[in-house]
Amino acid sequence: MPERTPSQTVGPYLHLGLTQGAFGAPEVFGSAVAAPGQPGHHIRIEGRVLDGEGVPLPDALVEIWQADSEGRYAHPADGRPLASNSFRGFGRCATDKSGAFSFATIKPGLVAGPGGKIQAPHINVGLLARGVVKRLFTRIYFAGDPANASDPILALVPVDRRDTLLAKPDATSPGLYRFDIRLQGADETVFFDA
Amino acid sequence: MADTYSRAGNAADPPSLSPDYRSTVLRAPSRPLVVIPQTLSEITGPVYGHSDVSPGEADLTKQHAGEPLGERIIVTGRVLDEAGRPVPNTLIEIWQCNAAGRYIHETDQHPAPHDPNFTGAGRVVTDDAGRYRYTTVKPGAYPWRNHHNAWRPAHIHLSLFGPSFLTRLVTQMYFPGDPLFPFDPIFNSVTDAKARERMICRFDLDTTEAEWALGYVFNVVLRGPAATPPDLD
Repeated sequence: MPERTPSQTVGPYLHLGLTQGAFGAPEVFGSAVAAPGQPGHHIRIEGRVLDGEGVPLPDALVEIWQADSEGRYAHPADGRPLASNSFRGFGRCATDKSGAFSFATIKPGLVAGPGGKIQAPHINVGLLARGVVKRLFTRIYFAGDPANASDPILALVPVDRRDTLLAKPDATSPGLYRFDIRLQGADETVFFDA
Repeated sequence: MADTYSRAGNAADPPSLSPDYRSTVLRAPSRPLVVIPQTLSEITGPVYGHSDVSPGEADLTKQHAGEPLGERIIVTGRVLDEAGRPVPNTLIEIWQCNAAGRYIHETDQHPAPHDPNFTGAGRVVTDDAGRYRYTTVKPGAYPWRNHHNAWRPAHIHLSLFGPSFLTRLVTQMYFPGDPLFPFDPIFNSVTDAKARERMICRFDLDTTEAEWALGYVFNVVLRGPAATPPDLD
């Protein structure tokens, strides 16, 4: 049987390949995950990616993958019809010079989990960057969501680290959530191995 | 919940902390990864964007008025999973420097010439048998500031999706016999020598087109199915 091709870093020139719109090609993926008419609660997620000294990464790419407002994925392994055919659930945003990224999307619904359990609303996150030799994988949960208490994946995370996975509502702007990704340090974001 | 995708092959990937590649030192997580089951959220993934790619994006030598300088090459191969099954209709994003070793990217300060006829970005989608093919020029080696007299071996960056969030892969394809291999901390971040060889394409005379372009073959292997659990009868 063939063996896996190993992962390598995207390097500092990732934009040339992964956000080709900046170089004159059509942009296939963007940071607008949900069109304005998409059913669901529309939100923005904004954050920064920070290294072990708290320095922002200007050369990272954040990719998100999520279910729709009813917890359905636009993928054959889910198979349920979607509320909107235009919803694809994937977004991509390169960080700017201040390490910042943002997505316009909807809050996902409850998702089927292992053993008949229900997963709290969450967004899957893949992080690629210069200096990141294999993709880092985490999740965004929503602070204050009552379903978090019984989420089977959060339950696997040490209690004192769960806060790193919670997007916090920003009181200054309705629908805005903040979620920073810290690669190291006291508040190092939890990364997963699946 | 049984795994859908194999985990064993992840051992081929480099450790996040690969200190000889200095940029990993402050960017590698210091805490252990939290192992989780593969839920519906992980075994699904984006299956779109592929139909938005035009055939012309697979020829990086035809994006400008003139021909780029350098050795014209054809790169072809298949995308497979670890069970040897083709991965059809999957998007491959391609980026590279020009034949002189210079990226068009604004942050590349290497004093080698830009090529007005070369951007260095392309896209291609695999066919029903997992095959892909693109045309470009062979990228040059270039210096970087990781350590004194550091040079990257010639490489082409590749980004692939596969059928799920877990099959996503970003890698680099290298060329056979590059004398810079022993000195490159990114290539050598993959600690297993056999796994490193799987990032090197192979020259192929059948792919080579007479009076036109050298041919190289490179197969990419993504995560495949977990072993079927044994029958407990």
